[in-house]
Amino acid sequence: MAGLIGKKIGMTQVFSDDGTVTPVTVIQAGPCLVLESHPDRGRVKLGYGEVKPEKLNKPQRGYFARVELPPRRHIRDFRLSGDDRFEVGQEIKADLFQAGDFVDVIGVSKGRGFSGGIKRWGFSRWPMSHGHPEHRRTGSIGQASTPGRVARGKRMPGRHGGKRVNAANLKVVAARPDDNLLLVKGAVPGPANSLVLVRFSRKKPRRQREAKKSES
Amino acid sequence: MSIIQALEKEQMRDDLPEMRIGDTLSVHEKIVEEGRERIQVFTGFLIARKGTGIRDSVTLRRESYGRGVEKTFLVHSPRVVRIEVKKRGSVRRAKLYYLRKLRGRKARIKEAR
Repeated sequence: MAGLIGKKIGMTQVFSDDGTVTPVTVIQAGPCLVLESHPDRGRVKLGYGEVKPEKLNKPQRGYFARVELPPRRHIRDFRLSGDDRFEVGQEIKADLFQAGDFVDVIGVSKGRGFSGGIKRWGFSRWPMSHGHPEHRRTGSIGQASTPGRVARGKRMPGRHGGKRVNAANLKVVAARPDDNLLLVKGAVPGPANSLVLVRFSRKKPRRQREAKKSES
Repeated sequence: MSIIQALEKEQMRDDLPEMRIGDTLSVHEKIVEEGRERIQVFTGFLIARKGTGIRDSVTLRRESYGRGVEKTFLVHSPRVVRIEVKKRGSVRRAKLYYLRKLRGRKARIKEAR
């Protein structure tokens, strides 16, 4: 399931040869430095984004001194699947993926602050006329003295957005390792310039490796 | 945004004529039907231009058999083969939606110069 750490750049659209338009999100994916590789535990630790050592605190500097690798701004763990093997110190680039692959893109959604039920849960609005004093109230939240309490998990106004969200099963439209760009069909959580994780889709069969393909 | 702009530029065509609102354009469009390819030409007044970069589009309007017909083209689409400027028009508005209410002799555009 290995993946890449990247930055959401923004959205645009691409034409195919027959003139079909595909909406795409541009992600600056990688290059990611392999900091640790634990095939026994099925995990790799990747670093993304160069930083000056003096920008890091002492524990972080100590860590990079221990693994004897140049410092990186962001560190994330990825699960390895099957026969994925990465060497410590290796750089993983956008060519990990290719057009046609399915990926999950994980990011932190745009924070919307304290939002009402209409924005947060898609509740309906009250009529604007015929004497309705309020238009965006939530309405009833339950029954009377039986059961005499509000159901657990009742959808109500509150903090909305700013949460980790996984946009699952997005198709890779293009992978451009030369400029570290990944074009993914559809929208991706979070504002532009936010950190995103891109990994092979959990729920889609992974593309067969070239070596395996030639065997069959 | 410059990464996006660079990406879009790769797909944009650079052979577009200078087009202004009110001009009469001919758009040559590739149409695939029943597995055959042919070119259809649509000629009309440029009544609206929308979008920037790769999303740049033109809306053309013409009168066809007494009916007003409008067609919008994505200028950078590979289906648009060629765009020709037939006539230059002189108008004072950015969007010529008022033409929709007019027909016949009133729905004309003064030619530039």
